[in-house]
Amino acid sequence: MTTTYVLDHPEKGRIEYRDRKRYLWMSSLFMPLFPMLGIFLYFAFDTQWALAIPLLFSYFVIPLLDYVIGADENNPPEEIVPQLEEDRYYRLLTWFTIPMHFIVLIAIAWFVGTQPLTVWSVLVLAITAGSYSGLGINTAHELGHKKPEFERLLAKIVLAVPTYGHFCIEHNRGHHKDVATPEDPASSRMGESIYKFVLREIPGAFRRGWAVEKERLARQNKSVWSVHNDILQSFAISAVLQGGLIIAFGWIMLPFLALHNFWAWFQLTSANYIEHYGLLREKEASGRYERCQPHHSWNANYIFSNLVLFHLERHSDHHANPTRRYQSLRNFDGLPQLPNGYYGMYLLAYIPWLWYRVMDRRLLELPHIQGDLSKVNIDPDQRDAIVRKYGQQQTTAVPA
Amino acid sequence: MGKYRCPGCGYTFDEEQGDSHEGYAPGTTFESLPETFTCPDCAVRYKEDFEQVDAEAAR
Ligand SMILES: [Zn+2]
Repeated sequence: MTTTYVLDHPEKGRIEYRDRKRYLWMSSLFMPLFPMLGIFLYFAFDTQWALAIPLLFSYFVIPLLDYVIGADENNPPEEIVPQLEEDRYYRLLTWFTIPMHFIVLIAIAWFVGTQPLTVWSVLVLAITAGSYSGLGINTAHELGHKKPEFERLLAKIVLAVPTYGHFCIEHNRGHHKDVATPEDPASSRMGESIYKFVLREIPGAFRRGWAVEKERLARQNKSVWSVHNDILQSFAISAVLQGGLIIAFGWIMLPFLALHNFWAWFQLTSANYIEHYGLLREKEASGRYERCQPHHSWNANYIFSNLVLFHLERHSDHHANPTRRYQSLRNFDGLPQLPNGYYGMYLLAYIPWLWYRVMDRRLLELPHIQGDLSKVNIDPDQRDAIVRKYGQQQTTAVPA
Repeated sequence: MGKYRCPGCGYTFDEEQGDSHEGYAPGTTFESLPETFTCPDCAVRYKEDFEQVDAEAAR
């Protein structure tokens, strides 16, 4: 049972494409089983050690599978993209994941609230639940970029699970506009560790999202404190969901939910950190930045982690065509490439000295940079040290 | 009243209808949009990238 897309092109003749990943995308429906797996094993084997298994899977097995299974040869021809976009099968998969994010958080919260657990187990479960809610932000990312009102509504709803309702506004209107510039709180700079970045990214994203929404509502002559505020609508759902969990399962929910929320946000921070590390759009004579080019994003073309993340790792095509659906995103040769999938790179980012060792050279060796530090987005605090280490040629200051 | 289209993603600003979600009332001219206007759907294209849609050519 396969679907072949066919097009009779006036110049190129007959173009055929079969999506070899078509049914593999269904794996998104099974993803909720992973955060729940630890709990099943806990009941089966009566040991709290079982609770750590989902996290070990995310951070060790996924990078290993990326390494072993390797790159994804599946790449739709541009001419076939309109047909792929129209195929409703793909979007249904993203829609089905929305309720699962609510179910999984409630289930894990129930488990934490009712079982005799050690502090360590509660921490592990909060991080596990946060990782899955981080995937919810990824699905909100996919849906929030789409034009149908219904899909944007789903994005707003699922963002309520990790209390991150400002994300789609901030991301679509802020990050996509300012990406790979020093002004973007969601683009990391060379020499900036993820632990420094997170302190700039989380508050910066909230401020920018709020400002964009405030401007939009002002044009409608409405106050930012109104029921029409898309951010507040999502936060209202969060208040009902998380407030309900606190009422149902008691004080233990406070640290549990706080860590869950933070870890979900930190998943996004991790993705933002690796997606544009050090990359810089050039300023044009007009004082505005050049349009975002394919070489302004880091890509990873691994089959496994891309299935988990709805092709987020084909990031250059996403920034060129933000409204394009995940099944149509393509990989291109000659783009900035990460040496492993996103999960493996997250792990690397958490160890800054190792991250710099792997990434700084890779960054400076990119064809459009070739060691020219004036073409790199550098952390101002690290500039002197980086120039001392890598800068043979004269470098110009980062445009303010 | 004309229509202006984003060459990247196809978003169309129809002066007659405006864009109520974005807070542009019906009858807002494309000209009067702020210079910092970016495509509300893709945010990749700037105001000057938009192409006027010829009334007859558009079906
Ligand atoms: Zn557009």
